[in-house]
Amino acid sequence: MKRHLTNHSLDALVSRIGKTDVLACYQCKKCSAGCPVTPDMDILPHQVIRMIQFGMKERLLNSKTIWLCASCETCTARCPNDVDLAKVMDVLRQMAINSGEPLGDSRVPFFHSAFLSSIRKRGRIYELEMIAKYKLKTREFKKDVKLGIMMFLKGKLKLLSPKIKGKKEIKDIFSQAEKGMTG
Amino acid sequence: MKLSYYPGCSLHGTAKEYDESTRAVCYQLGIELFELEDWNCCGASSAHCTDEFLSNALPERNLKIAAKSGLDLLVPCAACYSRMMTAGKENPSLKPTVKIRNLPELLREEDNFNRIREQVKTPLEGLKIACYYGCLLTRPPKITEVKDYENPQTMDGLVGILGGETVSWPYKTECCGGSLAITHTDIVKRLTRKIIEMAMEAEADCLVTACPMCQANLDTRQDEISRDEGKEYSLPIFYITELIGLAIDEKKSGRWWKRHFVDPMPLLNSRGLI
Repeated sequence: MKRHLTNHSLDALVSRIGKTDVLACYQCKKCSAGCPVTPDMDILPHQVIRMIQFGMKERLLNSKTIWLCASCETCTARCPNDVDLAKVMDVLRQMAINSGEPLGDSRVPFFHSAFLSSIRKRGRIYELEMIAKYKLKTREFKKDVKLGIMMFLKGKLKLLSPKIKGKKEIKDIFSQAEKGMTG
Repeated sequence: MKLSYYPGCSLHGTAKEYDESTRAVCYQLGIELFELEDWNCCGASSAHCTDEFLSNALPERNLKIAAKSGLDLLVPCAACYSRMMTAGKENPSLKPTVKIRNLPELLREEDNFNRIREQVKTPLEGLKIACYYGCLLTRPPKITEVKDYENPQTMDGLVGILGGETVSWPYKTECCGGSLAITHTDIVKRLTRKIIEMAMEAEADCLVTACPMCQANLDTRQDEISRDEGKEYSLPIFYITELIGLAIDEKKSGRWWKRHFVDPMPLLNSRGLI
């Protein structure tokens, strides 16, 4: 990791947080060849790495690609140079959220925020509440209603919220995470 | 054998039959499961996608509880397993005290494997099965320490001793779209359709998995895919523990099938297995 232009360049930052060396990439495109979501991406996985090397931060942080990556880890498993691309995607998503700029996808970030707010409140996922929160944000009220009813009839959706004793510990973990972000 | 058991949110909800069949099969094999006291959600994909600290701190709380028991920790959900393994690697002080186990590997251990073999009463003869591992049981190998991550064999071996026939197919570790099911359903439908079509092309009667997200994505959308494509898709999607339960004549297995979207009963009936 000694080859970075400056300690503050994008490649240095992503490499440090992601504990991987993005300069090791020689553009063999194996990541993009094996990625299941490339047809829907606006920037291909190997291009993500190249653009990090070029410092194209804004373009990456408001891309669709970072939200469509399914974290399947195929790229990471197959990279001949040990670039942890799945982890790089995590780092870019985290940077995008912290940037406060408009995001490249309207649904996935809402999903994550509804999911995490359920954990924060209850320690475990309460599916009904999580989905309600998500739908209020996306306004997609009609989608998957039948699926939800079927799930309920098959005993797969609980009516009552889960409860854990260590709720305070969970709240503390979330507060610590927030402090880390601002500090 | 005694183990701590981390069901995670899915096995308490959308993957109830995975929880039920895991408990039933472990009981029959003499594996005692102790549900981890006051466990919390591991954070799954949402934590690691959005907050580095949370992605480790949430699973770590569970690992610390598990460490107190001194027992190995069984994590049947592939996504939870991946988060626990990652957090274990990030915090080496926890690693030596808690061994994290996934279900196919546990059942492939010699003692358990032999016990399953001895207990098979209804061999799954005539059932052609596509073993589907998905992503996180095997990837990334530096976390899972799996060597044959492009062509894993643990479930294939289990299906073999149950008397079923495994098919050779190339989509064992393709991604089903995971947590994009709610947000980008079209992507998940495209990916699961390809997996189901490939299993059918390999002449499989059904597919078996050990991941609640894979099972849900593959099982719940076949109706919609049939409508979109104008032809019928109805491939039953089993959990590995359900097939073991079936072969060892676990009496509770009847109630698992009712939780499936693609009804597996016509297939099981036609092969004389129920």
